[in-house]
Amino acid sequence: MADYVELMGFGPKGWGLLMAQAALMTILVSATAFALGGILGALVAWARIEGKRAVRVGADTYTTVLRGVPDLLVIYLLYFGGSQALTSVAHLLGAKGFVGVNSFAAGAIAVGIISGAYQGEIFRGAFHAIARGELEAARSVGMPRLLLFRRIIAPQALRFAIPGLGNVWQLALKESALISVVGLTELLRQAQVGAGSTRQPFEFFITAAVLYLLLSTCSGMAFARAEAVAMRGVRRS
Amino acid sequence: MKLWNICAAIAACSLLAPAVALAQAKDWSSIKIATEGAYKPWNFTDASGKLIGFEVDLAEDLCKRMKAKCEIVAQAFDGMIPALNTGKYDAIMAGMNITDKRKEAIAFTEPYGRTPSTFAVLKSSPLAKLPDADKVYSLNPEGLSVAEKSINDLKPMLKGKVIGVQTSTAQANFLEKYFKDVVDIRQYKTTEQHDLDLAAGRVDGVFASISYLKGVVEEPKNKDMMLAGPRYGGGPLGFGVAVGLRKGDPELLAKFDAAVKAAVADGTVKTLSTKWFGFDITPAH
Amino acid sequence: MDAPFIVETLELLISGIPLTLKLAFYSIAAGAVFAMLLALMRLSANRALDYAARSYVFVFRGTPLLVQIFLIYYGLGQFPEIRQSFLWPFLREPYWCALLALTLNTAAYSSEIIRGGILSVPFGQIEAARACGMSRSLIFRRIVVPQGLIVALPAYGNEIILMTRSTALASVITLMEVTGIASKIISETFRAVEVFVCAGAIYLLLNFVISRAIACLERRLAPQRRSAKRGAGAPEPAR
Repeated sequence: MADYVELMGFGPKGWGLLMAQAALMTILVSATAFALGGILGALVAWARIEGKRAVRVGADTYTTVLRGVPDLLVIYLLYFGGSQALTSVAHLLGAKGFVGVNSFAAGAIAVGIISGAYQGEIFRGAFHAIARGELEAARSVGMPRLLLFRRIIAPQALRFAIPGLGNVWQLALKESALISVVGLTELLRQAQVGAGSTRQPFEFFITAAVLYLLLSTCSGMAFARAEAVAMRGVRRS
Repeated sequence: MKLWNICAAIAACSLLAPAVALAQAKDWSSIKIATEGAYKPWNFTDASGKLIGFEVDLAEDLCKRMKAKCEIVAQAFDGMIPALNTGKYDAIMAGMNITDKRKEAIAFTEPYGRTPSTFAVLKSSPLAKLPDADKVYSLNPEGLSVAEKSINDLKPMLKGKVIGVQTSTAQANFLEKYFKDVVDIRQYKTTEQHDLDLAAGRVDGVFASISYLKGVVEEPKNKDMMLAGPRYGGGPLGFGVAVGLRKGDPELLAKFDAAVKAAVADGTVKTLSTKWFGFDITPAH
Repeated sequence: MDAPFIVETLELLISGIPLTLKLAFYSIAAGAVFAMLLALMRLSANRALDYAARSYVFVFRGTPLLVQIFLIYYGLGQFPEIRQSFLWPFLREPYWCALLALTLNTAAYSSEIIRGGILSVPFGQIEAARACGMSRSLIFRRIVVPQGLIVALPAYGNEIILMTRSTALASVITLMEVTGIASKIISETFRAVEVFVCAGAIYLLLNFVISRAIACLERRLAPQRRSAKRGAGAPEPAR
């Protein structure tokens, strides 16, 4: 036990600081991915609710593909091929030369794209939970679409979406572990480096597991709080 | 919706602006070099996360000669060549051997190091008695028949055994070419992983470069590991370790080439390699 | 797009499908058994059993599957006690380690799904059954399971698809299922995008077949619950 404390402590031979930094990196990359997924999810939900046929089909395809293909493949694909895609886009916008993407961006985008598929479903469900009457009333008084979105749809959809979003956040947190295979020094990768270096994989992976549990528990509590605040005054049948 | 999509794409790109770095114009005053960071003593990370090793020192020396500012980044080995070709960085210095297969995808400078590859096993394993220990065989055309005979001599002892190797390496290609139907080849993402499994007894042996294995068996925690069997070089195992570059950058290739030749000629490579490996890895011309 | 290369790649990748399916099938089957046990522990009157099951589910749902795989494969291999035990012939092989990790993981998620299914059976029916003198196991077998299964099926179907995707992680401990073979091809040919797109297509096909099979099963078992045209998702209110 004393060995373990020395191994994971913050002393000179301790890996504690490195593991803590790696945990921070995990939070960072998950948060970035979750935010990106939020934007994509909102777009996808909008497309599936109000888009023309072609756009709806596109959004449906996006959701189906990303929920059917392993996350590991998406991460690999974006990591290997992402630079190519971004270079093409950059060329379209007039830039010259190659465009490089670091492993943080590649990982965050990959997990973000996967997360977007799930969040799209959540937002769609949340939108359908809003009372139809309110939307009709708003339209009948001539509310412009943007105002309708900003004042009626978004606040209520967000409130209904919070439980589902809590789940998706936990998913993003766990998917960030996969980014270790493309070399980002987040928590799992740091545990691997430590394990290889000291020949004590069990201690390192247990520590990583405990840290992930800590992160997901704290997030769970934060989301439960957010849900309680958002659902103030709403009777849930 | 088309306008939406374009707006979304532009928004996404501008969000990524900080993460995106336009690669260098052709004056090459600033070069990004990729290395693995997990291949001691060629390139590895110290306790604080800094990249150190023979190639890190050599890269600094070469860049001084080329009068360029160099940035060294870490990258998983199996993704190195595709990422180089898409422009993530400009050069690879990661213990990567020149092989015909790799030459189809990228360009190489002159080699700055050459070491054969061999097996490492547990002292308690029956493979500790592999014949021809320490004999060096070349798989280049001149010595191929002799080398192949020694390979065939190994096959009876290796039959049915499990051998670990790092994926994407010349060593993996060698095993696939000669031992595919004789041994169960397990491909690992990093050398650390196959070492862990060798210690655990999951694999009966590992096959890697002597420059790496020598350091491994000399570590106190690996006292029950030893080198075994003959050493092979050339052919599918490559013609030496060199700097990998994109085929479309002939000026950079010329600059690196000149720097490597100079470093080899004035003994810098010899000094550095003795410091990191304990022996000289300069390729004999 | 180099057609002969794609064809060659697909042939090689298809040879990995049996291993993918084996991993998925056996881990789901074993996981289902374990999940049933866990669900019953959660629903039992015994506080200790409930707590044990809750902790198990908490740990396995709160940590990434990849960490669990590494813990079992590399972590357990560190201890000489395990290396000399009767477990070693199994734990020595990456296949069994992967199977174990996948089973333990799916059991945690599935137990919640099964629990939800069991709890969805109207309590009145169970009361009535008890009043008639039906034994606990008979009630379970004749009343709870048939109805609970139908409720749990959509969520369980989702879990099956998720598990099929998760088998890709086995490639990280040297198993040559579809993703493992894809990585190997790329390491030899350096053509990452084409190979991964092919691998993705194969997984999509597998998932399509599996979700069709589950939809078929749903229709057979619960004809009265034919879902609306969109299938799973929020119900469309009348416009």
